[in-house]
Amino acid sequence: MDIQILYKSGLIIVILLLSLVIAMYATLAERKIAGFFQDRLGPNRAGIFGLLQPVADGVKLFFKEEFMPATADKFLYVLGPSLTMLIALLGSAVIPWGNTLVIGNNVFPLQVADVNIGVLYVFAVTSIGVYGIMIGGWSSNNKYALMGAVRAASQMISYELAMGMALIAIVMMSGSLSLHDIVAQQHGIHWNVWYQPIGFFVFVICAFAETNRTPFDLPECDSELIGGYHTEYSSMKLGFYLFSEYINMFISSAMIASLYFGGYNFPFLHELGMSHNWLTIVGTFVLFAKIGFFMFLFMWVRWTLPRFRYDQLMRFGWKVLLPLAIVNIVATGVIYELFKK
Amino acid sequence: MFQVYLFLFLSCVALFSAMMVLLSKKPIHSVLYLTLTFFALAGHYILLNAQFLAVVHVIVYAGAIMVLFLFTVMLLNLNKEGQFPKTTLVKIIAAIAGGLLFVVLIGSLKSFDLATVSNPAVSQIGLVKNLGKTLFSQYLLPFELSSILFLSAMVGAVMLGKKDKE
Repeated sequence: MDIQILYKSGLIIVILLLSLVIAMYATLAERKIAGFFQDRLGPNRAGIFGLLQPVADGVKLFFKEEFMPATADKFLYVLGPSLTMLIALLGSAVIPWGNTLVIGNNVFPLQVADVNIGVLYVFAVTSIGVYGIMIGGWSSNNKYALMGAVRAASQMISYELAMGMALIAIVMMSGSLSLHDIVAQQHGIHWNVWYQPIGFFVFVICAFAETNRTPFDLPECDSELIGGYHTEYSSMKLGFYLFSEYINMFISSAMIASLYFGGYNFPFLHELGMSHNWLTIVGTFVLFAKIGFFMFLFMWVRWTLPRFRYDQLMRFGWKVLLPLAIVNIVATGVIYELFKK
Repeated sequence: MFQVYLFLFLSCVALFSAMMVLLSKKPIHSVLYLTLTFFALAGHYILLNAQFLAVVHVIVYAGAIMVLFLFTVMLLNLNKEGQFPKTTLVKIIAAIAGGLLFVVLIGSLKSFDLATVSNPAVSQIGLVKNLGKTLFSQYLLPFELSSILFLSAMVGAVMLGKKDKE
């Protein structure tokens, strides 16, 4: 048992570091892609192709002056960004990053916790994600920050519903709440996206809203709210807020890839004639390629679409996405009963 | 042994934050401490092998209800002391109401037979599969009735929201 505990601790550390490094380089990728979309080069001064740019940004943020508003609630002001970062990192615990590795008699699953309520766990983590933003926005004692926080909260609560409804259709199809089972059932090319196209669209749109990305970045809408909930933040505290957005993006991409695009499964995986361990390793790389694609999608949309107006955002969430998700559940139930295998 | 330490830790957190809900001067701190209490209780559910209950507890209470609480407190900006004048009458009424609740709690604890508690950690009813099977076979009617209750609450909320438009 001891080797399993050691292995799990190691896996946790690896996933933690991996999330941080990927989020770090996602900031560079975002700027490069923005540059490409706007016909310019993007950052290219620090290191070759600007590869050291994230490091330079990090160092800059660390050494910037810390400023705390005099009227701020000191404890909550520090708690806000810390909580955002913590909750952003929590989601990776239940994602299956690959199949199992068999070494000798030991089986090592590439998943930190295969809990039988994995999907609900992810849902719980997204639902408490709003605390960091609300606490930060309120404790800065600034009306723009407060408005940003209130917007973020109402937006996240509204889109969580449709997201949960989209997830229920997946759970109905796979008959399990465990992410491990859901991914394992999408063997080969039997990906959920072919059976749940509507659910997939609803889920992706909600993921955009939950991570506060354009076209749903109203909480930090610069033209109306200066900087939204992090107006009063500076130095690494601001860095935490900006950084956790990229971690959220990474985790959401991993969720989309696992729930709808087969996770570590890829077509013809048994025709390759590789051993189990090699298949697992290739599968993990395939999963990361899928995650990379969805992260690119996040950036692609950001630099293509304009921002919603606030009333449009609310109307879209409640009057389009939620009914669509409910119809999807009913349709899934009917079709599942008619064509039961 | 590890579980005992966890239980003690979670109990301390729960009791401390529950006390702080009452003792905090600022309403927003009270709301946040209440959220912390809910998280500690969710931890207790996990110790009792009721994972589903724990995660639903977090989603419903910490993720939805407390966010709305926080929302209201923030929007009303209830952050000054003495915003709610406490007259003697209010204090007496609060003391009587709280005292009655205390008597009820003591009474229910007294009638509760502590000796019959078996080891809850081995119970499997809290796992989502068993809970679902029990709910949808043995308790189907109460389950469906409670969904009607929720529906009526939702209709009521919509009615209240529409009221001032006319």
